Amino acid sequence: MKVSVIILLLMTLTALAAPFLANDRSFSSLLSPPIPYHPNSTDSDAILTPPNRSHLLGTDDIGRDVLAQLIWGTRISLSVGLVAMSIALTLGIFLGGIAGYFGGIWDLLISRLIEIFSCFPTFFFILALLSFVGPSLLNLMIVIGGTSWPGIARLVRAEFFRLREEEFVKAASALGAGSFRILFRHLLPNIVRPLVVIASFGIAAAILGEASLSFLGFGVRPEDPSWGSLLASGEAYWDVAWWLTLAPGSAIFLTVTAFNLLGESFRNR
Amino acid sequence: MMKQYVLKRFFLLLPTFLGITGLTFFMLQLAPGDPAALKAQSFTELLADPQQTEAVVTETQKLYGLEKPLSLQYLLWLKRIVLFDFGESYRDHRPVMAKIAEALPITLLLNALTLLVIFVIAFPLGAYNALKPNSFHDRVSALFLFLLYSLPSFWFALLLIVLFAGGDYLNLFPLIGIFSDGAERLPWYGRIGNLLWHLILPVIVLSVANIAFLSRFVRASLVEVMKKEYIRTAYAKGLSPFQVMVKHAFKNALLPLVTLFGSLLPALLSGSVIVEQIFSIPGMGRLSFESVLARDYPVIMGITVMTATLMLISYFVTDIVYGFLDPRLRLHERRGL
Repeated sequence: MKVSVIILLLMTLTALAAPFLANDRSFSSLLSPPIPYHPNSTDSDAILTPPNRSHLLGTDDIGRDVLAQLIWGTRISLSVGLVAMSIALTLGIFLGGIAGYFGGIWDLLISRLIEIFSCFPTFFFILALLSFVGPSLLNLMIVIGGTSWPGIARLVRAEFFRLREEEFVKAASALGAGSFRILFRHLLPNIVRPLVVIASFGIAAAILGEASLSFLGFGVRPEDPSWGSLLASGEAYWDVAWWLTLAPGSAIFLTVTAFNLLGESFRNR
Repeated sequence: MMKQYVLKRFFLLLPTFLGITGLTFFMLQLAPGDPAALKAQSFTELLADPQQTEAVVTETQKLYGLEKPLSLQYLLWLKRIVLFDFGESYRDHRPVMAKIAEALPITLLLNALTLLVIFVIAFPLGAYNALKPNSFHDRVSALFLFLLYSLPSFWFALLLIVLFAGGDYLNLFPLIGIFSDGAERLPWYGRIGNLLWHLILPVIVLSVANIAFLSRFVRASLVEVMKKEYIRTAYAKGLSPFQVMVKHAFKNALLPLVTLFGSLLPALLSGSVIVEQIFSIPGMGRLSFESVLARDYPVIMGITVMTATLMLISYFVTDIVYGFLDPRLRLHERRGL
């Protein structure tokens, strides 16, 4: 728990402070970036240099600093994870909540929708959708988020179905609270913990999904490389430059583990 | 009661099937460009004359009924799908079904081997950890399994290739494909050996995360069951922990596995795009990836509709089996889905 929170906080800070951490120009004379390279600045004198004192994680095939690329890539990976999960949570809570609370025809319709979406093989479904709408950061987030809500909807539906018979719901209803208020003010707070669990695992899965898609060449534009696309471009040099695959892979592994650990510790408490 | 339950589940299949096909059809409408124009593009090498291209476009439009209204197009398409006619690939003009029939056995073999490895390792591991929950051994293996679960599979595959199939370190395994050059000249046992040798690394990559997941799942449900009173009774009548585990606990802990098995099926049918791509295995995963890259719409639609429908059937069977095994479900229909 503590370890994963510390890792994730550091990651978030890194993502937010990327322009101050790794840049070839400083914003003020006081604050010079500790890593004096921009991820896109090339250096023809330092091509495929192994990790050394001036390039802590080495350089790639056109002389870009790998550590600087990793630091900027944090922004993409984390934002894909968070935004995709927010989309999935919104859809899942909304649809699952309506199905579980109102039941009847709503439940029948929404349950079919959940079933339809669970039938598609997720990764292929995402790939096919991306090939139709075109890969971009926003589309990636929308497609990952738009395909990972059924699990959340199923959870919310089952929980609301159980909770709606409870006394406090009847009390709120008797006091004149509308459906909207009951759903979001009275029922939703009761399932925050399982939602946090499912969201942590979901963010990990979304980050992994983005990395896999970028690895296959369906990710974001090459100008702002994510960890997955770094790994993909490093793959060609795996026999001469091991750091190009090891560094971004470890970054993905670390982040995914941290989010999974967070989810696990919430589940066991 | 059971009959009613089965019937109800059966009739709910129809709207879901319509939903699956409808969504797939809608997906194609999202696609940029006119499918007929795209098909004409695949002839561009042959047709230099723009007039001729125009003719191909209209011809294709007629062939696929693209000039008709959307709702009618959907119904026509649905009719062909029900008859297992997914059309021809834009790329090599072979029937989509033939391409799927070629790729599916390879994916099935790969995944059957993976499932075998997963079950053989995950079950004893989960059961062993459940015997003494929260012991030192349990904690260490939980952490280890956790790391395995978070391992990005494509990265893991790359590391394995570098370590075991490259020239730099060990050169134990072949890098790509499912047969070596000249394997067709080997006797049948040699070919099987050659095939297995090629599949070792992909199977390792595919099983690692699932071993972690399944063994934790088995452990969790066994720990839950071991708290029950009938387990205490079994101990009280003098059975050893091993006997209690195998004879009494396993049966009850494995009920949720039925659902789990149902959800393992999509991987079994659609294959792993990433693993098949990295190891160049000509299975379903690679076929789907290549069709997506080439915008080969008939193949994409064929794979999507077929795997989704098979999934639907497997969910149905899972529900029925579950209903047979767990009488509570028939009475309350807790799941409802």
